[in-house]
Amino acid sequence: MSNVGIVIVSHSPLVAEGTADMVRQMVGDEVPLAWCGGNGHGGLGTSVEAIMGAIDKAWSEAGVAILVDLGGAETNSEMAVEMIGEPRSHKIIVCNAPIVEGAVMAATESSGGASLKEVVATAHELSPS
Amino acid sequence: MAAADFSRLIAAAADTIAAHAEELTALDQAIGDGDHGLNMKRGFEAVRAEADAFAAKPLPDALKAVGTKLVMTVGGASGPLFGTLFMALGKDLPAAPDRDGLTAAFGKAIEAVAARGKSQVGQKTMLDVLQPVYEALAQGKTAGEIAKAADKAAEATVPMRALRGRASFLGERSIGHMDAGARSTALLVRAVAEAIEGN
Repeated sequence: MSNVGIVIVSHSPLVAEGTADMVRQMVGDEVPLAWCGGNGHGGLGTSVEAIMGAIDKAWSEAGVAILVDLGGAETNSEMAVEMIGEPRSHKIIVCNAPIVEGAVMAATESSGGASLKEVVATAHELSPS
Repeated sequence: MAAADFSRLIAAAADTIAAHAEELTALDQAIGDGDHGLNMKRGFEAVRAEADAFAAKPLPDALKAVGTKLVMTVGGASGPLFGTLFMALGKDLPAAPDRDGLTAAFGKAIEAVAARGKSQVGQKTMLDVLQPVYEALAQGKTAGEIAKAADKAAEATVPMRALRGRASFLGERSIGHMDAGARSTALLVRAVAEAIEGN
């Protein structure tokens, strides 16, 4: 699939899964999609290992946009991208956008065949800067 | 550094985190999400479980292995931050470092942590302990003096207002509490300093 992949990373697996459900409702199976949430030990948090797994699952040669909730999700996602390393890391971007709105907007943009840059820009438009 | 010495440093670090896990969690509950003690304990116990295998490696590789393990097991923002500290130390430390080599590598590691956390000194974070420790290292202070500098620096985060992390959401209300990451950093510095001094 050549559409940009979307990864959703929340501290809460319920938020991540619910956000993914909302994305699916908009774009069906046209967009590679994966989510992860929780610290891997049953608590709230984010796991670098789980994020790396989600990136693999949603991988697309067009790239992957990651939507995160709070700070630790962003820090762990950036760490995961760094550990995946080059060349794939150049095609993975952690978006600065609200997680639910960002994921739905980014996926909708992706489903139309937009580039990674365009998908990320759409998500970023949601954030006042 | 002999493998036995590195194992001892890991044990000292894991012991102090385990002994203070509840205190760290209480600090984090006051102005954060309250998982710091448990997260750090999980990470350092995972490191302890593989201490002998890590210690068998050359020092730079051993430090990188510790950092990677922390990244993979801590499960909060502290994982990448403390993991980056150790990974960056391993990247820049010579196999048999003298004080100058250690100081230079520590300085680079602090820069890496600052970049990872998009933070800087004065924002009520672990950097507020790391920077004075770096300065004490550079001034040739003894291990005991460095440990004291770290404790004092952690105390000095109490009146600060948090500008990064979950605590920053509280604004003015973050004033009056010690930063949990600063406290755990000071605990680790003291544990390592005392283990080295005990040699």
